[in-house]
Amino acid sequence: MNVMVRVSNLSKQFDGIKAVDDLSFTVNEGDVYGFLGQNGAGKSTTLRMMLTLIRPGSGDINIFGKSLQSNRNKVLSQIGAVIERPDLYKYLSAYENLSIFARLSGLKITRKLLMDQLQMVGLADRSGSKVKTYSQGMKQRLGIAVALVHNPKLILLDEPTNGLDPQGIADMRNLILSLSREHGKTVIVSSHLLSEIEQIANRMIIIHKGKKITEGVVSDLLDPSHTVVELDTTNNSATLALLQQSPKWSAFLQQSHHGIKLQMNKSEIPDLATWLAGTGTGILAINPRNTLEEFFLSLTNPARYVEPVAN
Amino acid sequence: MWNLLQIELFKISRRPRTYIAFAAITAIVVIFQFAFKVDGQSYMNLMLQSVQDTFDMDKSKAINGYFMCYIILNTLLIQVPILVALVAGDAISGEANMGTLRLLLTKPISRTQVILVKFSASMVYTIGLLIWMAVMALFVSLLIFGADDMLIFRVKGDESQILQITKDDIMWRYFAAFGYAAVALTVIAALAILLSVFAENSIGPIIATVCIVLVCTIISNINVPIIDNSIKPWLFTSYLVGWKGFFYIGTNADGEPLKGTIENWPAIRNSLLILVAHIFIFITAAVFVFKRKDILS
Repeated sequence: MNVMVRVSNLSKQFDGIKAVDDLSFTVNEGDVYGFLGQNGAGKSTTLRMMLTLIRPGSGDINIFGKSLQSNRNKVLSQIGAVIERPDLYKYLSAYENLSIFARLSGLKITRKLLMDQLQMVGLADRSGSKVKTYSQGMKQRLGIAVALVHNPKLILLDEPTNGLDPQGIADMRNLILSLSREHGKTVIVSSHLLSEIEQIANRMIIIHKGKKITEGVVSDLLDPSHTVVELDTTNNSATLALLQQSPKWSAFLQQSHHGIKLQMNKSEIPDLATWLAGTGTGILAINPRNTLEEFFLSLTNPARYVEPVAN
Repeated sequence: MWNLLQIELFKISRRPRTYIAFAAITAIVVIFQFAFKVDGQSYMNLMLQSVQDTFDMDKSKAINGYFMCYIILNTLLIQVPILVALVAGDAISGEANMGTLRLLLTKPISRTQVILVKFSASMVYTIGLLIWMAVMALFVSLLIFGADDMLIFRVKGDESQILQITKDDIMWRYFAAFGYAAVALTVIAALAILLSVFAENSIGPIIATVCIVLVCTIISNINVPIIDNSIKPWLFTSYLVGWKGFFYIGTNADGEPLKGTIENWPAIRNSLLILVAHIFIFITAAVFVFKRKDILS
């Protein structure tokens, strides 16, 4: 597998605060690479450094096997990006915006090329309307068209579903998947929603306060053998006592300040439910989460954080 | 570079604010022309009051197209920097405000190119304004008032002077004056672009440019020796009205005006060089700052 992006020991400070701290990761050709982290984790700063919008404090960025710093224009000519909001010239039409950015990418434009691009994102019939009359979803689609018009190898999308309605989010997800599967593009997509990344990415990184927490193949990171089960019953104290006395289930118990939690294989949930029903426990809810999700939620709400029970 | 400039000019041409300046110039010129057409003689009587016994000229001919243009330029070339700042001050900050700057800078064009293109487009806009001003103030005035010899009222030292330039010796002076004004106004554009690099909304750099021009103009007009010698030579505003030098006709030893001459060409040349130096400094500083700027908008 060819490495398309290699980021090594990247750091950046703003006013003495580390926004990105010694971050390293690699993105392979053909990956849909998820960039996950809370708001303010350093995702946008990293992506902006990969686009030369922000100067790195230290570290290296290599894209397509070339140093970004010394091959800026060559590298950027093969990257398409939507960073945060898809801001475009509001006083110009979609066609004019697309035409401008295609020319800035060094493309020889034709009307057919631009209209095909607008057709792809479903804006051909509104190509002459000024962007200021567009909805957020339409702007986002136009932003994607601008990012793709020069047929880039690598696409960077920063929070691409922000501000979209459910249909818009689904369309965006399908578009990203189609870019990867049908057009062979490499896509780096940032989000603060694990569920979003889970559905589209094959590899991912989680960053928190600028540091890498974990990186790997999504299916490995979301391993069902490490599912955290949240249990809610009619009498949680009595249920906890029952579980502690059980030789089988006590091994899975986790310390928790809120409700009962067990870490186990997802496939054992039906057995747990049957056993609890057999003890006469009134089950209100069994809520399975993988450890990555549990961990990620702990970042956004530290009170949820689960410490494993010491054996 | 030409491709980038075309794109930039296209963007400028599609913004409504671009045309505010052209509308403002048209309005001011038309008001001047109307006022002088209706009651220009009163103005001339006032101006020639002190010399009407010694100066031999038909006052009705004194108000002509050339004279009108000179009067209008005297007024407008003080206001036009504001109009130039309106577009140039928006060059980078406007893009930052709209959020398009980050998209623009992810394209394979260097930041130096971005500044140079923005500057070039502002310069083209400035020249466009001056051409429009020439059309309205000179050619339309010539159509309305006709052509004749031109009178120039001048204060030199403690004395007032009236210079007379024959009508066949005027047009080249206007071309030269408009050329000088283009350089002078380009300094304003360069300053506005420099300030624009620091800001993320257009209002700041536009107001800052206007304030700097106002403050420096006021200082340039304070006649105190210490300011004359130590501050004024360094202020670009001291040279903004240097275009008038093209209308100060040279004279022979007897004080007779010499057709086709300028009283003090070296002073005009030096002023031009100082203005060009200011442009270079402002644009170099803009490139230096912009290349190091993190785009957070």
